[in-house]
Amino acid sequence: MIQFLQKLGAKTLNRVAAVGRAGQLLSQSLIAKPAPMMMLPLLIRQLYFIGVLSLVIIIVSGLFIGMVLGLQGYTILVDYGSEQAVGQMVALSLVRELAPVVTALLFAGRAGSAVTAEIGLMKATEQLACYEMIGVDPMRRIIAPRLWAGFISMPLLSMIFAIVGIWGGSLVAVDWLGIFSGSFWANMQASVSFSEDVLNGVIKSLVFGFVVIWIAVFQGNDCVPTSEGISQATTRTVVYSSLAILGLDFLLTAMMFGDF
Amino acid sequence: MAQLNDTHIEVSNLSFWRGERKIFDDLSLTIPRGKITAIMGPSGTGKTTLLKLIGGQLTPDQGSIRVDGDNVHALSRRRLFELRAKMGMLFQSGALFTDMTVAENVAFPLRVHTDLPESVVRDLVLMKLNAVGLRGASELKPAELSGGMARRAALARAIALDPDFLMYDEPFAGQDPIAMGVLINLISRLNRALGHTSVIVSHDIQETLSIADYVYLISDGKVLAQGAPDQLNGSEDPRVEQFMKGRPDGPVPFHFPAPSFKDQLFGDSQ
Repeated sequence: MIQFLQKLGAKTLNRVAAVGRAGQLLSQSLIAKPAPMMMLPLLIRQLYFIGVLSLVIIIVSGLFIGMVLGLQGYTILVDYGSEQAVGQMVALSLVRELAPVVTALLFAGRAGSAVTAEIGLMKATEQLACYEMIGVDPMRRIIAPRLWAGFISMPLLSMIFAIVGIWGGSLVAVDWLGIFSGSFWANMQASVSFSEDVLNGVIKSLVFGFVVIWIAVFQGNDCVPTSEGISQATTRTVVYSSLAILGLDFLLTAMMFGDF
Repeated sequence: MAQLNDTHIEVSNLSFWRGERKIFDDLSLTIPRGKITAIMGPSGTGKTTLLKLIGGQLTPDQGSIRVDGDNVHALSRRRLFELRAKMGMLFQSGALFTDMTVAENVAFPLRVHTDLPESVVRDLVLMKLNAVGLRGASELKPAELSGGMARRAALARAIALDPDFLMYDEPFAGQDPIAMGVLINLISRLNRALGHTSVIVSHDIQETLSIADYVYLISDGKVLAQGAPDQLNGSEDPRVEQFMKGRPDGPVPFHFPAPSFKDQLFGDSQ
């Protein structure tokens, strides 16, 4: 019993210490005096690796999810004779929920794991230590550009996901199943509000992007610098990010759309 | 010419623990300015750890390290990075930045810490790479180099800014005899010509002793012996003799601390 309590205590202390280190990492990399001339090329490079290279998976997933939504929506709504509302259903589910959540999950798997593995390997091959010894703060040189790139790319990827998804939905509903395109688009236009739906979706994706990339850089920087340590850190990035996204999604949805 | 008694780095009463293992126990040593100081000892005695402590990457549990009179671990983060710009370190693994070419690696400290025009940076990079015999490899990526070449490229990067103080972590490991000769010559020339303070951590006794001005032999977290290379070579202390001659048996244990072998083989299996 005592041993169990000891282990529990040690684990809790480790977790609390890790949260502390994650906070420290965030403050050191973001509050550190910015050096825009040095930062800009690094940021553009990371935007390419983290954002642009994630485009393919985001576009393909968005297209198929939109098509599935169109198909499912149609088969349900047609029973009630309200298949004209498919556009509204596709757009609302994408903009409010699926685009931010699915993009963030894909983003954690595609970009988050890559960032963790890259930083972990830099640590294992003493590159981070070397930056320090050259007199360059790795927080500013390595961590900060990745953090910003993740934070900037995630909402953009999420918007692209939603747009492609809506287009996929229209492909199925309008072009294949033959719903009148006027009512498909008009219903959508009438029911999706910019301030309520689009803005809240963007806020969600900003929060998710921030959490995912923070977890990813922290796990990379904090990993045990061995091949096993890096593999564990990469796994932790994907698992923690996914859980954080789903948990936060419920909280944010309750705050944004819950009527209480 | 550097003065003889001018201390560049002073390590006082240093204690450092790694988990349950004590690495240094009240270690004190001084590194004279402008000289080549070798730190030797069996593997696992924390020689690399000592370099990291001097560079401020690790914090001691007790004691202090002063570089040019500044306590490294009491400096602000900004001051520490300023101090590091005056230090060069050759890492055991080379630690070349894998997303840059060899030339970009060598140019990196110059670009970060100076405002030199690109043409001057290019010339300096070529000169440094020529010194280590890798001018022809300037456009290669670190992954395309052998281990020994990567370490020579890393040396070119470490000396790019002509730092006051250079730390070499196992500079000779993995080098062929020709490269080894060139490196010994280079380290020695850099020191004599520019008055750098150099600290070499190495196992290669003969090579290191041939250029070192002063040697510290560390074992069990303490300074076992110190002196000029001749003094150590002539030492009658059996522990020093064992290390200098490379004998497997003697007072310095070859084995990592462990329970009795006999007990483990034939004792109660737990």
